[in-house]
Amino acid sequence: MSATMTGAQIVLKALQDQGVEHIFGYPGGAVLPIYDEIFQQDAVEHILVRHEQGATHAAEGYARSTGKPGVVLVTSGPGATNAVTGLTDALMDSIPMVCITGQVATHLIGNDAFQEADTVGITRPCTKHNYLVKSADDLPRILHEAFHVATTGRPGPVVVDIPKDVQFAEAKYMRPTAVKHKTYKPQIKGDIEAIYTAVDLISKAKKPVFYSGGGVINSGPQASQLLREFVKLTGFPITSTLMGLGAFPSADPQWLGMLGMHGTYEANLAMHDCDVMINIGARFDDRITGRLDAFSPNSKKIHIDIDPSSINKNVAVDLPIVGDVAHVLEDMLRVWKSRAVEPDKKALTDWWAEIETWRRRKCLAYRKDDKAIKPQYAVERLYELTKGPNTYITTEVGQHQMWAAQYYRFEEPNRWMTSGGLGTMGYGIPAAVGVQVAHPDALVIDIAGEASVLMTMQEISTAVQYRLPVKIFILNNEYMGMVRQWQELLHGGRYSSSYSEALPDFVKLAEAYGATGIRAEKPDELDDAIRKMIKTKGPVIFDCIVTKEENCFPMIPSGAAHNDMLLADDQGLDIEVSDAGKVMV
Amino acid sequence: MQDQINTHTISVLVDNEAGVLARVIGLFSGRGYNIDSLTVAEVDDGAHTSRITVVTTGTPMVIEQIKAQLGRLVPVHRVVDLTVETDSVERELALIKVSGKGEARVEALRMSEAFRARVVDATPDSFVFELTGRTGKIDAFIGLMRPLGLKEVSRTGVAAIARGAEAM
Repeated sequence: MSATMTGAQIVLKALQDQGVEHIFGYPGGAVLPIYDEIFQQDAVEHILVRHEQGATHAAEGYARSTGKPGVVLVTSGPGATNAVTGLTDALMDSIPMVCITGQVATHLIGNDAFQEADTVGITRPCTKHNYLVKSADDLPRILHEAFHVATTGRPGPVVVDIPKDVQFAEAKYMRPTAVKHKTYKPQIKGDIEAIYTAVDLISKAKKPVFYSGGGVINSGPQASQLLREFVKLTGFPITSTLMGLGAFPSADPQWLGMLGMHGTYEANLAMHDCDVMINIGARFDDRITGRLDAFSPNSKKIHIDIDPSSINKNVAVDLPIVGDVAHVLEDMLRVWKSRAVEPDKKALTDWWAEIETWRRRKCLAYRKDDKAIKPQYAVERLYELTKGPNTYITTEVGQHQMWAAQYYRFEEPNRWMTSGGLGTMGYGIPAAVGVQVAHPDALVIDIAGEASVLMTMQEISTAVQYRLPVKIFILNNEYMGMVRQWQELLHGGRYSSSYSEALPDFVKLAEAYGATGIRAEKPDELDDAIRKMIKTKGPVIFDCIVTKEENCFPMIPSGAAHNDMLLADDQGLDIEVSDAGKVMV
Repeated sequence: MQDQINTHTISVLVDNEAGVLARVIGLFSGRGYNIDSLTVAEVDDGAHTSRITVVTTGTPMVIEQIKAQLGRLVPVHRVVDLTVETDSVERELALIKVSGKGEARVEALRMSEAFRARVVDATPDSFVFELTGRTGKIDAFIGLMRPLGLKEVSRTGVAAIARGAEAM
C-alpha cells in the first residue's frame, strides 16, 4: 500500500510524470499550497509572468514551438478570468494546454466567497474540456486525463479547477499509465477506402492544389515531412493558411505563398480555378474562403481533418477523411507508391503555365521609398538578416501580422507563432517569452505593432527577470493599422479611435524595464539597427518607425470571392463592398 | 434540398458527471442551434450513464454539425440520430390541468377517454389529466382542452428509442 500525499504534492508529482519542465503562472491565495510545493522541488521550473493572460500566451508559444503541452498555473477568481482570453485563443488555434486554476474551498463554492468565480462555468465554452476536482482521490486521474485530452486528437486547452481544501487533503497517487478513458477516443487512422478514392481523385486531377493548415504542424514534424514528400511526388502546387506556414518550405518552387484574405494572387486564383482541392489539416475558415457561394466553384474537395466537426461545417466537401494528418498521409503515400500512380503531366504543365501568369503579377511588390521605412521593407530586411533554422517568429495581430506572414519566409514547422483564429492583440510578447523559455539559445522575434504590443507590454519584465533575450520588433505606424485600413476602405476614411495617441517612447520604456531600446527611422539605418538588435544579449524593444498609412495588400474585401482581389496598384480606387460584405468582420 | 429545415430526434448517451447537461445546452446556445425539446435522466446507475434526448431543427448541414459537435464532447459515449439512422418510437408525457363546470367539464372528461388520458387528480371544478403519446397527439389534446378551461400544462419533452433488438 503506497503512502498518501497532499493534493498539492500530487499536482507536482503528476506534472513531473507528464514530463513537464516549465510552467507559466501567477500565485494567489487559492494556489498557495501548490506554490509551496513548487518552492520545494527543482524538476519543474516556474516562470512568473506579470498577468495571467501572459501566462496563457507564453504557454501557447511554448507549446507551438515544441509540440509539447503548455502548462499554466493561476489562482481563483481574477486569476482564472484573466486566463480566459488565452484559453479561447488556444481553443481556436488547437494548441495543447493544461491550465490549473485554484478555487475557493469546496464548502465555500457558490457562496460568493472572496476571489470566487465559477471557473468551470466560465471556461466551459472556451476549453476542450474542464474539470472541477471535488476530492483529492480524483486528482491524479483528472490531471493525467487533462494532459491526455489536451494533447491527443485535435489539441486544445483543458482547465483543472482545484479547490484549496483539495490541495491540502491527503490521497493516494496514481501513475499516468493507469489512465484509460471511457468515452474519449479520437480517430487517428483514416478510413482506407476513402484514402483509395482520394488517391484516385488526385491522380486524375488536371488543376490540383494542396491547401494545408495548422493541423499539419499539430500532427508533428513527421507530418510536415510526409507532406513535403507527397507534394514533391505529385508535382502539384501548394498553398497554406496562416496557421500552417512552415510545414512546406517557402523556398520551394511549388510553394504559392499563403492564401486567404491577405494571401497571394496566385494562391487564391489557384484555389478558385482548381479542379481538385486537397485540404490537409485546415478548416475552411472565413478568412480563407471569402464569399462562400463563390468559393472554388468547380473543384472536387478532399478534406483531411482529425475533428469530425470541421467536416462540412462551412464548405460541403466531396471526400472527407477523418484522421491524424501524419497517419493519413503515410497511408496515402503508401497507396500512391504501391499503385505506381502517375499524375497527368500534360495537364499539370498547362496548369503551372497558368499559375506562372498569376505569379508574374507580382502581387507582393510595393513601391520602395528611400526616405521613410515601408513596413514591408522592414520585414523583408528583418528576414534577410535573421533567417535561419534557429529563428522563431511570433506576432501580434493586425497589419504587421499579415506583412510578417507575407514577407517573412519559413522553411521549417514550429517556427511561426501567431494568433490566427481568435486574433488576439497582445499575443506576441508573452508568446515570445514562452518560445524563448523552450529554446534558450534561439533568436526569438516578436514582429509587433505599436498598438498590440501595449496590451501585454508588462511581460517584458518577465523576459528581463528570466534573462530571456526576446526581440520585440515594432512596426510603428501610430495607427491600429488594420482598423484604419478598414475604416479607409469601408467607412469613408473616418478614423474613429484608431490613431495611437499618447504613445510611450519605446526606447525609454525598454530602458525603464531594464531592456535595450533601439529606434530606426530611415531606410539607410535599418540594417545596422537590426544587426545591433541581434547582437544585443538581453531583451530588446525595437521601435521601427514606418510609413503611416500603408495598406496591406493583396486583399480580398469581406464578402468577395477569391477572383475578386484588390492588389496594391488598385490603391486609391473606390472599392465596392456589398452590404452583405460590410457586416462581415 | 440543402436549405430544407427538418426536425430530428437525437439520442446522446453521456457519462453522468457534473456539468454534462450544461455542456450540451451550452453547445446548442453557443452555436445558435435550436432545442425544441430536451429530456434527460440517468439510465444506468451502475455505469453512471445518462441519456439525453434532444429534438432539434435545422438544415442537413446544421444537423450534421450538431451530431459532430455533440460527438466530440469528452463525456459523450454515443450520438444517434433516431430520425435518420433507425426507425424509432417516440413518446412524451404531459400533465394537463383543466378547470370548469357543467357541460365543459363533461366534454373534457369525454375527450380524455377518447385520447386514453388518465385522470390523476380531480376536484369538483378541475381535473389533472395524464397523457402519453407522440408530440402531435399531445398538441391535439391540448388544443381541444383550450376552449374547455385549460389552465396549465407540464410536458416531459420527447423520450425516444430505436425499434428492434439492437441497443444504442
